[in-house]
Amino acid sequence: MLEIQSLECVRDDRLLFSDLSFTLAESEVLQIEGANGCGKTSLLRILCGLRLPESGNIMWQGESIQSNREDYYANMVYIGHLPCIKADLTVLENVRALLDTRSLSLNNAVIEVELAKVGLESYEDVPGKALSSGQRRRILLAFVALSKASLWVLDEPLTALDVQGVELMESMIVAHKRAGGSVIFTTHHGMQLDCEMRSVQLGDYAHAELRE
Amino acid sequence: MLKAFYHLLIRDLRLAMRNRHELVNPLIFFVLVVSLFPLAVTPTAEALQAMAPGVIWVSALLAVLLSLDRLFKQDYEDGSLDQLMLSPNPLMMLVFAKVAAHWLLTGLPLVIIAPLLGLFMSLPGEAIAVLVYSLLLGTPVLSLIGAIGVSLTVAVNRGGVLLSLIVLPLYIPILIFGANAVDVAMDGLSVKGQLMFLAAVLALAVSLAPLATAVALRITASR
Repeated sequence: MLEIQSLECVRDDRLLFSDLSFTLAESEVLQIEGANGCGKTSLLRILCGLRLPESGNIMWQGESIQSNREDYYANMVYIGHLPCIKADLTVLENVRALLDTRSLSLNNAVIEVELAKVGLESYEDVPGKALSSGQRRRILLAFVALSKASLWVLDEPLTALDVQGVELMESMIVAHKRAGGSVIFTTHHGMQLDCEMRSVQLGDYAHAELRE
Repeated sequence: MLKAFYHLLIRDLRLAMRNRHELVNPLIFFVLVVSLFPLAVTPTAEALQAMAPGVIWVSALLAVLLSLDRLFKQDYEDGSLDQLMLSPNPLMMLVFAKVAAHWLLTGLPLVIIAPLLGLFMSLPGEAIAVLVYSLLLGTPVLSLIGAIGVSLTVAVNRGGVLLSLIVLPLYIPILIFGANAVDVAMDGLSVKGQLMFLAAVLALAVSLAPLATAVALRITASR
């Protein structure tokens, strides 16, 4: 459903990778691997359409994501390094605010069930500023689970999570795959997924030389 | 789509209500600057009247300029801006919601307090009415144009000076026509022309500025 065609990414005059192509089918899990600074975050931001590649195309259901933005964004959810959590909103309001950007109006009961699953039971009315960074990441896990997106793009989803949090993320990914969804993620922590998984070594597409 | 507009507007208003000191900053600035002027010059009614339109309009403009940073800064820093850009709803609509919230929180309070400041500066009644109309038409334009500038500079550290450089030239026509309308009203002449001009600029800004802001935000995010 997602097709990446000969992507090239340049950052600050440095060629990070080029001629990167892969496809992602339904119910597939793909890990992007590579050393620090090799362009994993840039790649994921390009896949979301937040960043433009130097050259190459990203096709969603056979159409370029730029021309098909509405459909693509309705079916894709991205979480990056930043927490997206407002210090002055409560946990429930934060989840709602995130879901509202996707025009999903779910009732509080549904959200509370999901918050309980990610270990934030009885935290609904706690303001964002009173949470630890791991708890903030857990809000994002609830958001991803509630997003109804078939493609998850997760940039370092395990950051700040404890052992139970990591297990939770792993089981969420496996369940999402079973339900026919697909996941692209990066991580430097070992992720033990109880399912089939592919990986792309970004280093294989790297070029050390500076661009002219 | 309208729902997304409404929800984002409410979210921004709610955030502002929980962080009130930021909310009153532009208002205090506006009141302080205008009320200091009579102390610094000969406070005769004629002298004050002659200065009033310019002083009030310049202070309102600077109060809005100082508050612009708030428009996208926080969303940029905590990553919410990325989520807005990944919304299936048109980004233009969401930008418009944010600008509308910004105006309700900064522009509108300025319009409401302006008659009081008009009295400080001993403006006659009809001039005060025109002052309110001109601010009512002009301050939304300041927020709309400001949004374009902020979206271009939000990723720049200490982009304040750059922001003023981008935005001020575009503010000047609003300032000239707004202050002139009040001036002309004091002479008892018709201000229809000036107010019509401000209304036309407002219509133009409402239709084009959110589009320009959305494009500028995408450029900022792609860096």
